Amino acid sequence: MSKADDIILIGGSAGSYNLIVAIIESLPSYFLYAIVVIIHRNPKFTTRIEDTLAARLHRPIIQAGDKTIVSKNMIYFAVPGYHLLVEPDRTFSLDNSEQIQFSRPSIDVLFETAAETYGKRCTAFLLSGANKDGTDGIRMVKKMGGNTFAQSPDEALMRTMPENAIRANQEINILTDQEIISYFRNLR
Amino acid sequence: MAKLSVSYISFIELQEIVDLLGNVSGYDLSGYSKSSLKRRIQRVLDLERMDVVDLKNAITNIEGFQTYLMNEVTVNVTEMFRDPRYYAALRSDVFPYLQTYPQLKFWSAGCSTGEEVYSLAILLMESGLYDRSFIYGTDINGNVLESARKAIYPLKKIKVYSENYNASGSRGSLSDYYTAMYEAAIVNTEVRKNILFSQHNLAADYIFNEFQFISCRNVLIYFDMELQNKVFNLFYNSLAEFGFLCLGSKETLLNRDIMSNFKVINKEFNIYQKIR
Repeated sequence: MSKADDIILIGGSAGSYNLIVAIIESLPSYFLYAIVVIIHRNPKFTTRIEDTLAARLHRPIIQAGDKTIVSKNMIYFAVPGYHLLVEPDRTFSLDNSEQIQFSRPSIDVLFETAAETYGKRCTAFLLSGANKDGTDGIRMVKKMGGNTFAQSPDEALMRTMPENAIRANQEINILTDQEIISYFRNLR
Repeated sequence: MAKLSVSYISFIELQEIVDLLGNVSGYDLSGYSKSSLKRRIQRVLDLERMDVVDLKNAITNIEGFQTYLMNEVTVNVTEMFRDPRYYAALRSDVFPYLQTYPQLKFWSAGCSTGEEVYSLAILLMESGLYDRSFIYGTDINGNVLESARKAIYPLKKIKVYSENYNASGSRGSLSDYYTAMYEAAIVNTEVRKNILFSQHNLAADYIFNEFQFISCRNVLIYFDMELQNKVFNLFYNSLAEFGFLCLGSKETLLNRDIMSNFKVINKEFNIYQKIR
């Protein structure tokens, strides 16, 4: 598998699950990006989101493993209980350090490290959630020249997370659920 | 030297810090994962309100700062009976084999504040193996080893540890193994008796004993592939024939050259046995 030149990050928390499923279902069968999904979930309860989606969509959807290459045409999920980072050599690494914004994995940590490596070829989406994770990450993606998108708080089940990012980042693009889905449907 | 605004470190400056520390001290951070290390160093800059120039100055000129920096850079997040099902797997998949040895030596590498060492000791007690066992707990960080030796943990944490313990399938109660006083709990002496904590740096130090069992959980994720492979070799050479190696739940030996010398005992929890 070859390294991806572009990365798309999707960060979600409470209330984001259904939209994330809709996004992944809308993806074309081949795309040049690496897509990384990070959701807050409790490591003490095993969830089978990846397996369930992989079976339904007949394509691999895997947990981002330590020191694995960030590859194109792949959908990765952040593992629960660890921070997920992108290294300068375009591999993933995991980190068990303190929670950020009461979260591990933290959306900020993934967004910030991916932004530093991918610069303007990093795109980040921030979806529904009940905390303030992701705001600093969106700021960093923007600062490094990447594109940033927030789910419209009016459509989010939990508006705090996108709303907080919008307040702190004037340049973020606000999209409806339909607009988000069609963005991914039209991915090349 | 306190700064009013936050100062950010770049990857180039990070490399300069790694080189400087390597030159003026025995600490070699060159094999650490860059993004994670950068966040840890940034954390020190924020805590100390320093910029990179201040940091270089402190590394060179302030006595004790090198050790302080290493202690802050290394991650010390741990729990008793973390991943409860891992402990259940030890009981069912590993201990029956260990029963056959008259004497057992265990090494918990990167043991931080000692929770994993005491969990192992409790599990060995419950399996009737502890009297013939000795556990070495090592870490690069002298401060956490001091806490490990004290074996005193806040009750708030003990609550989580008890939930973990119960989920591990043990039939007793964690409270059988500690004495609570005020807001803290101290691990009982019968659990602490066959344990030695000492400093060891996986990136630089060598073999110090031969073991039937080595666990190193959530340490290797901080190392790059090259250093990981070096440490795998260290473990391989430190293991007795048919000894066990236990890694963190996201640390795997699969796809590494050294895997041909091991067999998988438990895939989910990355438990391996040395077979040649």
